[in-house]
Amino acid sequence: MSEVMERPSAKAELKVVGTRPIRPDGVDKVTGKAAFGADYVMPGMIFGKIKRSPHPHARIVSIDAKKARALAGVKAVVTAADFPDLASEELAGGEAAANLRDISLNCMARGKALYEGHAVAAVAAISNAIAEEALDLIEVKYEPLPHVIDVEAAMSPDAPLLHAHIFTQGLEETPDRPSNIAQRNQLVRGDLAAGFAEADEIYENRYVTAAVHQGYIEPHACVAAYAPDGQCQVWSSSQGAFMVRTYCAKVLALNASDIRVIPAEIGGGFGGKTTVYLEPVALALSRAAGAPVKMVMSRDEVFRATGPTSGAVVEVKLGAKKDGTLTAADVTLKYQAGAFPGSPVGAGSMTALACYDVPNFRITGYDVVTNSPKVAAYRAPGAPISAFAVESAMDELALKLGLDPIALREKNAVKDGMRAAYGPTYRNIGYAETVQAIAEHAHRNAPLGPNQGRGFAVGFWFNIGGESSAAVHIGEDGSAVVVSGNPDIGGSRASMAIMAAEVLGLPVEKVRAIVADTASIGFSMLTGGSRTTFATGMAVTQAAQKIVDEVKRRAALAWDVPMESIGWEGGAAVCLNPAKTDKPPLTLAEAAAHSARAGGPLTAEVSLTAQGAGPGFGAHLCDVEVDPETGHVTILRYTAAQDVGRAIHPSYVEGQIQGGVAQGIGWALNEAYIFDREGRMENPGFLDYRVPVASDLPMIEPVIVEVPNPRHPFGAKGAGEVPIVPPLAAVANAVRRAIGVRMTELPLSPPAIRAAIDSR
Amino acid sequence: MPQVDYVPAASVEEATKALKAAGPRARILAGGTDLLVQMRSGRVRPAVIVDVKGVPGAVGIRREADGGFVIGAATCGAEIGEDARLERAWPGVVEAACLIGSTQIQGRASLAGNLCNASPAADSVPALVAARAIAVIAGPNGRREAAVETIPTGPGTTSLAAGEFVLEIRLPPRPARAADAYLRSIPRTEMDIAVVGAGVNLTLDPRGRVAEARVALGAVAPTVVVLEDPGLVGSELDEAALERIDAAARAACAPISDKRGTIEYRTKIAGVLARRAARIAYDRARG
Amino acid sequence: MKRYVSTTVNGDRVEFLADAGATLLDALRDELELTGTKEGCGSGDCGACSVIVDGRLVCSCLMLAAEAHDKRIDTIEGMASGSELHPLQQKFLEHAALQCGFCTPGLLVAAKALLDANPDPSESETRYWLAGNLCRCTGYDKVIRAVLDAAAELRQARV
Repeated sequence: MSEVMERPSAKAELKVVGTRPIRPDGVDKVTGKAAFGADYVMPGMIFGKIKRSPHPHARIVSIDAKKARALAGVKAVVTAADFPDLASEELAGGEAAANLRDISLNCMARGKALYEGHAVAAVAAISNAIAEEALDLIEVKYEPLPHVIDVEAAMSPDAPLLHAHIFTQGLEETPDRPSNIAQRNQLVRGDLAAGFAEADEIYENRYVTAAVHQGYIEPHACVAAYAPDGQCQVWSSSQGAFMVRTYCAKVLALNASDIRVIPAEIGGGFGGKTTVYLEPVALALSRAAGAPVKMVMSRDEVFRATGPTSGAVVEVKLGAKKDGTLTAADVTLKYQAGAFPGSPVGAGSMTALACYDVPNFRITGYDVVTNSPKVAAYRAPGAPISAFAVESAMDELALKLGLDPIALREKNAVKDGMRAAYGPTYRNIGYAETVQAIAEHAHRNAPLGPNQGRGFAVGFWFNIGGESSAAVHIGEDGSAVVVSGNPDIGGSRASMAIMAAEVLGLPVEKVRAIVADTASIGFSMLTGGSRTTFATGMAVTQAAQKIVDEVKRRAALAWDVPMESIGWEGGAAVCLNPAKTDKPPLTLAEAAAHSARAGGPLTAEVSLTAQGAGPGFGAHLCDVEVDPETGHVTILRYTAAQDVGRAIHPSYVEGQIQGGVAQGIGWALNEAYIFDREGRMENPGFLDYRVPVASDLPMIEPVIVEVPNPRHPFGAKGAGEVPIVPPLAAVANAVRRAIGVRMTELPLSPPAIRAAIDSR
Repeated sequence: MPQVDYVPAASVEEATKALKAAGPRARILAGGTDLLVQMRSGRVRPAVIVDVKGVPGAVGIRREADGGFVIGAATCGAEIGEDARLERAWPGVVEAACLIGSTQIQGRASLAGNLCNASPAADSVPALVAARAIAVIAGPNGRREAAVETIPTGPGTTSLAAGEFVLEIRLPPRPARAADAYLRSIPRTEMDIAVVGAGVNLTLDPRGRVAEARVALGAVAPTVVVLEDPGLVGSELDEAALERIDAAARAACAPISDKRGTIEYRTKIAGVLARRAARIAYDRARG
Repeated sequence: MKRYVSTTVNGDRVEFLADAGATLLDALRDELELTGTKEGCGSGDCGACSVIVDGRLVCSCLMLAAEAHDKRIDTIEGMASGSELHPLQQKFLEHAALQCGFCTPGLLVAAKALLDANPDPSESETRYWLAGNLCRCTGYDKVIRAVLDAAAELRQARV
């Protein structure tokens, strides 16, 4: 069997793919029975809490836990001294490389606290109340250091230095002094000066975005048990049980095989649960205390100590001919990484011009460490920021040239066979089809009233494949269990069941999809990068196909015909030999019922590295109304078209598009980390960190475009991340057209908009 | 962790006794929507929580013979919003009370809590001040009455003495051709703290001119700002009058810049909201 | 100091001891093992802990467990009748109105309180009523459709 199927099934042949069955885990989730991270209990369990730095930057002079240890009910206190001092080691992970030393230091500070909220010690006690009381008894002496949070301030040569060992990488010459600029990357094509010389119109501007949080509603939570023989169990809510296993093993120098990670239901992640914060600490506490330890973050801790995405500054200069043809682009991106290197500036750079055919460009990105929480992946990491800048500039260019903004995107569209700005050659992309879907949508020409504006923007995300495992087991009644190693963050059990049912020829109700722990299924990369339906779906499909092939083989033996004479129809092997049409079909149920005597259990497992995830494009149209006196923006209408290759379960694809748009609107209008002068977060709660509420949004119309991906058996591309890329600019462009002033800094809060209006 | 005690008071005497015994470490629980948040964050660590919802009169709404209303100070916002007679008489007070938080918060949050939490941004307070509401205060020395605006003395502080708590909010009888309105500005459509709030209470003469006007602004100073002369009396709320109230509101502001708004923005919006709320109140009063 | 609390949860009489400062949310989850009610923020800003107390929708994180004495509490666990889902639960499934499912119990409880009070809410009324229930996955679109569809079905059933 080939590694990948070469041609997706035509839509007309599909019976289950493209339908909208109720998800297998649905009833548990509407009745409150689904067990999320904080819902698990173990006998003898105690409770862990983390002591956090009140300073954004400070040397840890000493930690004295004597009083805390002496408090009745306290079972363990750990600090960095209880963790191995790891060497720097890069590890390929979800959507960005991770450095194990940095992960360890982010879980527990060693020597220096690098942001307000940085963990410096942890306690386990017989109750949460005692653990909290013990935190107050741990005496930490700090020597506060000057801090820097603003990205451009951190790049200055005289800025407070976070890490003495960071020397900017990616420069022509190795610098001789350390810097907060961890890395500079550059993508260059053609002759930039010649390109701008050719231009009839040049537009340039500087764009600023605030750090924003993924905002999943479930705080991080886990229960960890370390047995005296070194066997560990971790129950945790994350985007990847194997990721948790790998990081815990590395951070604590344990055998990966000694750690069994059981994935809890996950209450949202959006990239923010692609790393560990609590699990290694809980294991260390459990090891010290000799009891299972439960740790649950407060919302305050989630904001102060887990991954937002970067605040950034992006400078864009575009050159174009009168007809709109782009001749040159110069983009400079400066992204906050937080306390350790690893901002998504690389992806921000690679996606910046991915929608356009530009002959001459230079894209320069800076990864800058700052005294704020280490950024974590957030849905299409880096791309919404660069898209906000480039798509705002494209809109302004359209205004300057007197061109329709959609026509300008069509004019410069990337097409199959072109080389993407980030390197590879595009194949089977749906960019033009997606833009066309908006161009032909009734929304485009709907009338607008006073103080209203319509904004258009496009966006791109790579989507990834990667390592996935899946197993299919057929029960004695012919029903199927589909096992995968990818936490179901938004309905993937449904899509796995659909794909298995399609291949097996079973009704989807006969397929039960479950998510297995790390000891019960082969390695699977985490749920992220919009990879699960594509890559794990491929493993599921191949495992199901193995079952089909096995039943066909058994039928061939039973009927004494060659394999070529066996077909598969309606969940059964059928004999195609005209001489033997009397043979009744061999159903899965019959094959399974006779398995003891004929061939053994019907089961198959497939592990693979999926390649060829099709890149995704989105095109969004947004109508706003601005109250010119208060500066409030009302989103009146939103239409989002996206090429998803093939929608396996269209409802959940729509849900991904709608959810991504809502997050993008929040990023555009109201969400932002606010720090005071002392470098402390002022809004670590949902009251003042303002995610959109139900009354802030209209219905969001998704338009599913299907340009099938030939590398997936049913044509699927990733779908989850693209929809957050265009909204920042779509909203900003709509506001520009409503008020006549270009706003270049997010969030577009009422005070900012009122000030812009007053500046007209 | 210091031990906390919970006292469900069934009478004024029980409540005042418990409050007095614990002194400054006592906290009054009405709806709890501020208190529990403060306890959780560690900002407040009470020794005793005195639940006053069981005190007779603390929950419920009644209409007096003279047409005035008495609102039990611990009555939740949802109950206030469901009282049709109250809403007809005091639509501004009701809309302000109903703007405090989400539906869930409305199931708990009370006028007394909103008042005694003494946040400069409390939604119901400007409306109550504009309405000339009176707080009935119970305490160790019996009952006293005080104008609502005299209760908060600054952010987080009140004029209540040890052992005292607000038992009732009284709204005066309503003359004919009178109405009020409350507007606030928040970044989202719900779930935010007011950046600016404006309550306007108008009484018209038989010819439709403003006979009496009282305007109160929230979140633009440490306590609610009352506009002594909003420039409306005698007008039919024409453009010039609206411009006068806009200017008067802006002139009366003494706001701060913080995470929710700037001095500049708050000042401008105070004018906008005062003007808009006046328009609504006027239209309501004319019927 | 522990308080004795006797209350009715989903129609059943229950008794437990609670710290005087403990919230109803803590008591539901830790004492009564009713973990369908979730903590998303602990400050009344997300609605994941929504329950109905004596007919009123509240955040159980903003109510003391001690206050629940002699009250009637309804949680997500009491919403279905045996194995028969409430129409809201069924419509959430049919409309794919949940992705991660963490905010879902709170949304369902809040939506039930809405339909108990207003059998025919408009889209706007529904959005404002549910503004205290944050959902980060769905953008609310399918949630609102599911609630309006369930309302229509319940109205139909009454006729």
